[in-house]
Amino acid sequence: MTDHYHDNCQALLGSLSEYIDGELPADLCQEIEKHLEGCSNCRVVLNTTKRTIDLVQIPEEEEAIPEDVRERLFLRLNLDDYLHPEK
Amino acid sequence: MNETAAHEFSIDALRSGDRAEFARLVDAYSAPIYRLGLKMLGNPQDAEDILQNTFLNALTHLADFEGRSSVATWLYRIASNEALMLIRRKKNVVNLDDFQPEDAEETPLPEVFVDWSAMPEDELLSGESKKALDLAVQKLPESLRMVFLLRDIEGISIRDTAEILNLTETNVKTRLLRARMFLREQLSAYYSERLAREEKTNDRSLS
Repeated sequence: MTDHYHDNCQALLGSLSEYIDGELPADLCQEIEKHLEGCSNCRVVLNTTKRTIDLVQIPEEEEAIPEDVRERLFLRLNLDDYLHPEK
Repeated sequence: MNETAAHEFSIDALRSGDRAEFARLVDAYSAPIYRLGLKMLGNPQDAEDILQNTFLNALTHLADFEGRSSVATWLYRIASNEALMLIRRKKNVVNLDDFQPEDAEETPLPEVFVDWSAMPEDELLSGESKKALDLAVQKLPESLRMVFLLRDIEGISIRDTAEILNLTETNVKTRLLRARMFLREQLSAYYSERLAREEKTNDRSLS
């Protein structure tokens, strides 16, 4: 399949990240979209790259630090009197 | 994405040794810094060391903080240095250049062209898939992983990521593209195998 990868695909690959992040000027986006219409491999690479970024950005169950880690941190910083800010 | 973006801190209070303000800073940034350490080093003990050293370091150097960058950028810079130093120490690497990827080299071309992007989310995020995803992130070379974590996990801009890591924006963009391509390749290999396995099972149940 790699023999399919010609110059246009390489150019697209180079701008893929910025294209996904919406950081490219409109004329370049148009060029890329024109190429995508006729190139199924590049469409796959675009779709799966987008999906990869979506997947890694889904937050994990545990977003806060464990309470014991926080306690030891505050102790280490001599901030133990601020461990319970609401009090 | 960046849950700490809205926090405002008084630099003057911090620099004059206001402990309550520093405690507030610690609570605002300890989660992302701990997460960064966890994903860079891969274990909670090292993540905790990075967390503690980052804030100890910040406390020591607060007086030198000039406020030219944001407090967040400054803290991330200390944290990323702590993480990279710990990695070097563990690997016994003396030469810092060993961690600089060849930015001039071409980004490897994609090899797997299976479109798994339409797979349902619960399948993409099953326990087994989640492990594959974590493993793929762990496999990223450190210099790419750091850029990827700051930009795609913490949602920090290209410009701030460049400032944190003392790189040019072009370098950050190159590394981000490489990191994303690497992860895409890893996940594509994993999901295409899974799709093939499922097809086999379906064929068997049909016959």
